[in-house]
Amino acid sequence: MIDIDKEKERLPQSTVQKISKGVENRPVSVRKGIRKNSVSLSAYGTPLVWLTGGLLSVAIVMVVGLLVFILVRGISTFWPGPISRFETWEGSVYMGEITRTETFTPSKEQIGTLNPEAGERAEQFLSRGKGQSFRRLVRTGNFELTGEHFHWVPEYEVKSYSEPEWAILLERTAWGRFYGILAGFKIDGNFVTEDPARAFQLFEQHHRSIEKNRKKIMNLEKKEIGGLNQKVEQERLKVRSLSLKMEEIKRQQGDQSESYRKVDTAWEQAKTHYREVETQANEAYGKLREQIQALNQENSRYQFVIDTATGVRAEIPLAEVVRGYPANKLNIFQKVGIYVDRWIEYLTDYPREANSEGGVFPAIFGTVVMTLLMSLIVVPIGVIAALYLREYARAGILISLVRIAINNLAGVPSIVFGVFGLGFFCYFLGVSIDQLFFTAKLPNPTFGKGGVLWSSLTLALLTLPVVIVATEEALAAVPGSMREGAYACGASKWQTIQRIVLPRAMPGIMTGMILAMARGAGEVAPLMLVGAVKLAPELPIDGQFPFIHLERSFMHLGFHIYDVGFQSQNSEAAIPMVFTTAMLLIVIVFVLNLLAIRLRSRLQKKFISREI
Amino acid sequence: MVENRKTIQVPSQGIVIPRNGDTILQRISRGELIEPAVDSSIKQEDVVLSIKNFNLWYGETQALFDISMDIPRGKVTALIGPSGCGKSTLLRSVNRLNDLIDGVRIEGEMILNGDPIYSPEVDVIELRKRMGMVAQKPNPFPMSIYENVVFPLRIDGVRDKQLLDQVCEQSLRGAALWDEVKDRLNQSALSLSGGQQQRLCIARAIAAEPEVLLMDEPASALDPIATAKIEELIHQLKGDYSILIVTHNMQQAARVSDYTAFMYLGHLVEYSPTAVVFVKPLLKETEAYITGRFG
Repeated sequence: MIDIDKEKERLPQSTVQKISKGVENRPVSVRKGIRKNSVSLSAYGTPLVWLTGGLLSVAIVMVVGLLVFILVRGISTFWPGPISRFETWEGSVYMGEITRTETFTPSKEQIGTLNPEAGERAEQFLSRGKGQSFRRLVRTGNFELTGEHFHWVPEYEVKSYSEPEWAILLERTAWGRFYGILAGFKIDGNFVTEDPARAFQLFEQHHRSIEKNRKKIMNLEKKEIGGLNQKVEQERLKVRSLSLKMEEIKRQQGDQSESYRKVDTAWEQAKTHYREVETQANEAYGKLREQIQALNQENSRYQFVIDTATGVRAEIPLAEVVRGYPANKLNIFQKVGIYVDRWIEYLTDYPREANSEGGVFPAIFGTVVMTLLMSLIVVPIGVIAALYLREYARAGILISLVRIAINNLAGVPSIVFGVFGLGFFCYFLGVSIDQLFFTAKLPNPTFGKGGVLWSSLTLALLTLPVVIVATEEALAAVPGSMREGAYACGASKWQTIQRIVLPRAMPGIMTGMILAMARGAGEVAPLMLVGAVKLAPELPIDGQFPFIHLERSFMHLGFHIYDVGFQSQNSEAAIPMVFTTAMLLIVIVFVLNLLAIRLRSRLQKKFISREI
Repeated sequence: MVENRKTIQVPSQGIVIPRNGDTILQRISRGELIEPAVDSSIKQEDVVLSIKNFNLWYGETQALFDISMDIPRGKVTALIGPSGCGKSTLLRSVNRLNDLIDGVRIEGEMILNGDPIYSPEVDVIELRKRMGMVAQKPNPFPMSIYENVVFPLRIDGVRDKQLLDQVCEQSLRGAALWDEVKDRLNQSALSLSGGQQQRLCIARAIAAEPEVLLMDEPASALDPIATAKIEELIHQLKGDYSILIVTHNMQQAARVSDYTAFMYLGHLVEYSPTAVVFVKPLLKETEAYITGRFG
């Protein structure tokens, strides 16, 4: 037998163990008075490691959880689901996609409104489930017929459930989605076929050309007619500015003066020219109208005939159909095809249906343009301010106050910046610009309203502290030996800053820019006041002279999320779009940051070495 | 203070015994001004830089006391002394780098080839262009090797590519770096090793043909092999350039310099040919420092 305790004693023991057992007497030391027999846990700092590590994991779990939630909901939005058909004991039929399912406890009144047979069956069902049931939210569509987009179907009312083979889903340019069973295809008002398979084949055959025609019509309306209107408007503005000039001369010199007569002739000429242009435009306009009419007529020849769940036979012109598919007949590849197609539409197209359908291209474009413009404005201003503070200003009370003010600026609520931007940029600067350069257009404001320039300037103000603080730190981190080296070579202060200090500080400045971009791209509240709007089909940069229209209002993804999620009439249909848009915004901010980080690491390699 | 100053006869050889029996170092510690022991052979040299009664204060603290010395042309002059004796301060006063520090005040004058350095009408930037400086720690700029070397010309606005190429090659050859970097002139200077970086800084310092080359412990951050290369380079540069070098390393001073100045607490104590200082110094205090008995 081995005595384990004795064996243990023979093992080498650590000093701490020896002291705690009293085996070893340490020499008397000054710290003897505070030495305890056991070693304090806090001496090793273990609880602090647990605390900090634990809190870090909580933070990580929260961030990752949020991202995963948005990602999962956002990615699944465009996946085509099956179309279900529910028949109730009451005799109504509902058909559509199931959006979600939830358990609930129906009240007595709800059961009471059912007819006797249905009521009885409901009671039976509920007694089995201890008074609980579940219900499905079915996207029934067909808003113009039923007056609702969604319908709750409680499980106790369901008599039968099926997934009809030729149930078809149509996404339309107006009135939202349409669900029904394909019953035929009409050309010029006559039935071509009543076979659903053949009808869908015909749809696929004609859909492309109809789509092309629709694009043509949009193009004609926007570009051609828009161009004509612009031409006429330009002439009108010429006449208007001349008449304004006349009034002014009349006031100053009277209507008998030489210059008045000159302007008067010019005005008459301009007026004649304006009328000529207008007549020409009207002629051209008429021709365009005819073209559009012809295209519309061509498009309206084709019609789907569809039986809806409520028993109505509806004729849907193909001209209104953006996308149609027989949801229950799709194989996995067709489903992927529709999924990808919807993503492409989402990323490249304009919104429809009060933003709850279609694409968000103008919002993506607006967000990127605004963020880049903001960076272009904030970085030079911030860097110059930081250069002065760090390199030129003599330390003193004034500089300390300025620093405190800058840091406080970072804590001002962003909506306050929005109010300032509206008051100063739009109503003061913008209105002044309008009065100076766009007099003829008044009372329609050009710059005296929200626009992408004013938004960028407002957000530049908002993110200025970030850039200044980051730049100051980067400047302070440039080694003094490097500056002295430059001075010793006979460089002036500015040459030293320009050639040595700034390049060396560039990675740090980029860090400031990255932070500013991340902050600016996600900011919404101030934009609501200074330029972001619900719908702006005209982009801030396009093919119309002078190509960059900084006075235009723009769409912004952040504002789009707010608008779709909380201002939409069809809010149930908009919820998935909110997640998708949020995901898109995160991806865009991520991509912009990634680009900036890559740029920074390249600069870092170039300008900062390992220290010897 | 002036009445405290005692004139000491300085023979060309031999140790001076202070009159009142105190050592010079003790008198310096008490704050007395002392007359430095200067070997007469320096008088025969052609002077490139002349320092006259130079005093310097950092705020209230005086760092340099009445320094007068002539730096000979085409020779290497070493400044030695214990830490805090003011050698670096003196060196940095020559190209007025101390101007950058707040609260620095000076008295006295320095003359570079007949032009005063501390005179109100002097353009400091133009003045610095006439000198080259090599710092203690290699400080290459964050740009290519080529741009580093031609930096002094760039800031003068030189655009002539041929001239720049020529200067770059000459300077790099002068700094014994050409063969190592000629194939990668466009690479970042920061990719070089420590010793190479320091030689690059020397190449940069001699690119503008300076009248004086100032070196502030140029080898103290380097390993022995790199140090040997730098010392060899100083040997090669001697003759073409007048070099004023601060060093902590006595052996280095003995190896590279022609003249050695020993400083203590802001005072110049002895200034003699290196051979004299290291074999038979004028003052026993210098001998004590060199042999490592204090300092």
